[in-house]
Amino acid sequence: MSTETPSSSEGEREIARPATSANSRPAPAEGAGGPGEITTAQVAHLAGLARIHLTDDEITKLTGELAAIVENVAKVTEVATPDVPATSHPIPLQNVFRQDVVGETLTQEQALSGAPEHDGSRFRVSAILGEEQ
Amino acid sequence: MSHDLTRLSASALAQKLATREVSSLEAVDAHLDRIAAVEPDVHAFLHVAADQARATARAIDARRASGDLTADETGAARGNGSELAGVPIAIKDVLCTIDMPSTAGSKILQGWVPPYDATVVARLRKAGLVPLGKTNMDEFAMGSSTEHSAYGPTHNPWDLDRIPGGSGGGSAAAVAAFEAPLALGSDTGGSIRQPAAVTGSVGMKPTYGGVSRYGAIALASSLDQVGPVSRSVLDAALLHDVIGGHDARDSTSLRDEWPSFAAAAREGAATRSLKGLKVGIVKELQGEGFQAGVTQRFEEAVALLTAAGAEVVEVSTPSFEYAISAYYLILPAEASSNLAKFDSVRFGLRVNPPGGGTVEDVMSATREAGFGPEVKRRIILGTYALSAGYYDAYYGSAQKVRTLIQRDFARVFADVDVLVSPSAPTTAFKLGEKLDDPLAMYLNDLTTIPANLAGVPGISLPVGLAPEDGLPVGIQFMAPAREDARLYKLGATLEALLEEKWGHPLLSEAPDLAPQEMFASEEGAV
Amino acid sequence: MAKPELMDYDKALELFEPVLGFEVHVELNTKTKMFSDAPNFFGGEPNTNVTPVDLGLPGSLPVVNEQAVKYAISLGLALGCSIAPTSRFARKNYFYPDLAKNYQISQFDEPIAFTGSVEVELPDGRLFTVPIERAHMEEDAGKLTHVGGATGRIQGAEYSLVDYNRAGVPLVEIVTDIIYGAEADAPELAKAYVSTIRDIVVALGISDAKMERGNLRCDANISLRPRTAPGEPPAKLGTRTETKNVNSLRSVERAIRYEIQRQAAILAGGGTIVQETRHWHEDTGQTSAGRPKSDADDYRYFPEPDLLPVVPSLELIEELRAALPEAPVARRRRLKADWGFTDLEFQDVVNSGLLTEIVETTKAGASAQSARKWWTGEIARVANQRGVDASTLVSPLHVSELIALVDAGTLTDRLARQVLEGVIEGEGTPDEVVAGRGLAVVSDDGALIAAIDEALAAQPDVLAKIRDGKVQAAGAVIGAVMKAMKGQADAARVRELVLERAV
Repeated sequence: MSTETPSSSEGEREIARPATSANSRPAPAEGAGGPGEITTAQVAHLAGLARIHLTDDEITKLTGELAAIVENVAKVTEVATPDVPATSHPIPLQNVFRQDVVGETLTQEQALSGAPEHDGSRFRVSAILGEEQ
Repeated sequence: MSHDLTRLSASALAQKLATREVSSLEAVDAHLDRIAAVEPDVHAFLHVAADQARATARAIDARRASGDLTADETGAARGNGSELAGVPIAIKDVLCTIDMPSTAGSKILQGWVPPYDATVVARLRKAGLVPLGKTNMDEFAMGSSTEHSAYGPTHNPWDLDRIPGGSGGGSAAAVAAFEAPLALGSDTGGSIRQPAAVTGSVGMKPTYGGVSRYGAIALASSLDQVGPVSRSVLDAALLHDVIGGHDARDSTSLRDEWPSFAAAAREGAATRSLKGLKVGIVKELQGEGFQAGVTQRFEEAVALLTAAGAEVVEVSTPSFEYAISAYYLILPAEASSNLAKFDSVRFGLRVNPPGGGTVEDVMSATREAGFGPEVKRRIILGTYALSAGYYDAYYGSAQKVRTLIQRDFARVFADVDVLVSPSAPTTAFKLGEKLDDPLAMYLNDLTTIPANLAGVPGISLPVGLAPEDGLPVGIQFMAPAREDARLYKLGATLEALLEEKWGHPLLSEAPDLAPQEMFASEEGAV
Repeated sequence: MAKPELMDYDKALELFEPVLGFEVHVELNTKTKMFSDAPNFFGGEPNTNVTPVDLGLPGSLPVVNEQAVKYAISLGLALGCSIAPTSRFARKNYFYPDLAKNYQISQFDEPIAFTGSVEVELPDGRLFTVPIERAHMEEDAGKLTHVGGATGRIQGAEYSLVDYNRAGVPLVEIVTDIIYGAEADAPELAKAYVSTIRDIVVALGISDAKMERGNLRCDANISLRPRTAPGEPPAKLGTRTETKNVNSLRSVERAIRYEIQRQAAILAGGGTIVQETRHWHEDTGQTSAGRPKSDADDYRYFPEPDLLPVVPSLELIEELRAALPEAPVARRRRLKADWGFTDLEFQDVVNSGLLTEIVETTKAGASAQSARKWWTGEIARVANQRGVDASTLVSPLHVSELIALVDAGTLTDRLARQVLEGVIEGEGTPDEVVAGRGLAVVSDDGALIAAIDEALAAQPDVLAKIRDGKVQAAGAVIGAVMKAMKGQADAARVRELVLERAV
């Protein structure tokens, strides 16, 4: 079942909800600059979030490149006024669902076929440092 | 004979196959020979599945001989009577194939063979098309030159020192170098259209949702669209008819009943009149920064449209000025999330840091070693755009710009039937020219990005060679969402008018890359 | 681990006011997963109930299970929530090996249901309204097994193994608003709240709701704020901890009590509470420090581009509302009347958290009184002895079968307790345990008469007394017969037969 809304303006039926513990965004990370300013500490933090190990040289290089790119793309803020709704999908659809009917699954062999390491039934990874989220 | 077969359009080859004048095995062998001859120069393919292609071709030949072709293979199921069974095709490496590695041009997926076929691949197999192999691309489709492939760049068949465009440079080059009559591409910000433009081939980005994304390794989910690459508008339409239509595995797939695009292309080629068609030249997608020869050929093509009866007006879409900025926030943001799955646990590369380490260390080391510089750059940029304190300013604002661009499209499409612009600001640039200047590389997508942000279809076809460098120039048409057929009809008309003027297809002017002696003995048969 | 200092509970309450908040995850019992058509079943052979979507394979795409959306709406309505006219999925980005895509598809600022409340009953019968902030849909993660190291825990493990069968199982997360005013009843309130959520989802039929299997999981947020003198403004809220891994009603209660005592001791000693995740250890009855909450918790939520907004029609919402089971408080009132329990009996049931079990047992055919007697009696006693929830020991169906055997005279109460033990030990259904252990009452009069005649012959003095009309003397003979029958006889029948044979 799939229906379409006539326009792309999303949120017409929105009900204002206060920001709460469950739906508010945390404050910027330490060492973060204001919009448009990029610091090496920030790039290091972003690399951590993105789970990419970067050398100090790479961080320095990326900081410069990112600053240049951000300076250019920041012009979106010029026209993004509060009265303009956001568009997340190019073609507005809604209520696209699947019936609750079991389909075909992969075999265990297929599931594990691309694994760098497995024990015959499960994927194997090195010891985990962090806790579950 | 062999040389001749690779020069045929897909539709012409399909006809010879249908009448059994040529077997699929002969067609496949001809293309495999051509691949063997030119690949050392072009490097359009990452993987050639010669044995599988021959086996598939043999099976189709056998079924055809016994009259056992299915309705999908004969085209009866598509209602356009276009039998494509036995026609070879190249597949961009971004698409999952159960019998060939699917690496998306990345080292992190080296050798990965998916346990499933992308929906479009399953559909072309069902139609009897014969996959020849997987084509080169910028890593995870991030780039406009194919130089960001982890497996080395592809070279433009028109000038081997130049880029074939990107990210789908492999598919476009394969088609332009006569290694395959058809190819599949994917277009997130121009990755089908721009390579088509700079290689003198035809590329179509369908309406978002018109072709299934299931099994296309995602770059930016809200922008990606799979589409055809070919040497003629009709061929692109034929392939679109095969791969398009609703797929329940892709929530963003449209349920529309689509008309036959091949029928639209045939109609456009036959009538050659554009009376009643209103064409809008996009003011913001021309002029300053566009190569003189590009502008010249573009204007000549527009004059042909007018001569054929079209009404041509200039329209303005002021928000397009912000399209690249919005694009380079939305794309990296979505990509940073889409590419998180490459973590060395379930598939792909695993790099253990020296002295072992925790799974976190292994993930970081794997992603460090497995991703190229452009991918890292965009992941970091996207992580930034989504991160605490910046979301509203960057990602949020970019999504609003998207609304403005959609409004601009809606406004101008209320007045004109199609929009037109050059497909790219310049002809193919030199390999290495923009590699160290990401911003310059990003600006190359200026013309193609708006269609992705709004989800509307766009087609690129060749309109001649730029006088100053003798390299192909492409024209881009855009239509309202769901009006893909309009582009095939108009494209086929312009193509017919141009080929009438030239006396031959543009690509027949391309240099023959193969050593002469290879086909010397066969020349008499041509 | 070193035993941390705990403050006496009453003393802690004197100095501080506990402030609570709960996040309860409910696994829905749909046939398929939230975003793929793999079976929603995660026991069994690892990595077999998976599709490319559940493994997060490149190119795969999610599609929303309509039934899961309906279940979530029903649950939202049962929690008194408003159903969002437009709700959206969002990606919560973080790396963890059990999360196939390294993002979880969840909901962020546009959940399916928001702003509701649940009335729960405290042990003294007082009703307490728990405010609900939101209920949102999301997907479960895979299962990690830590190998090496002594404990099977994450610490000290050499490596871990991942099974993605559970990945993508549909979840609804119910988030409360901040809960004030529970005071000394905070632990009981926590238990009553989770128990009520469990009753609701079972009544809705949308979850198996077995806490021990993780169908229902509770994360408890606790902070303490210092009390101020009357007239003074209230103190600022204290720093909270989030206790995870609380997998039974009993643990919910104990964990809250423990955290209150632990935090109070730290605060009274001049220390500060670290905002962190804490893990509950059922065995030691303690919590241990987990991951500190920090900047690293930047989940970079953004609207899931692969999925479309959910815009439920008013018709659908009203249809689901009409099909809702009655509200917990009304339901409890009705059950109490239907069952004819005294106030005390019913309160006992509610406090035990076994309402659902008793309802299910009566549905399977047992009388309410028998069901109550068994669940709050023998089963609760064994559960208490073992430190687990009674609901984990035995199924309502088996209890009902057990009661039927007693009612039919096949088992005496004493035998039935042995059968129950067998069922708990996994020896099978009550019938199977009866057969396996040979526990049925001997109903063959011939065997009984033989034993009686023998006993009477052995005790001629008793026989004489009975013949004299001193019927109570029969007890000695009955005892001997029961002993000879190894208890597997119906004492009443033995008595009848003794009196017959003595004449």
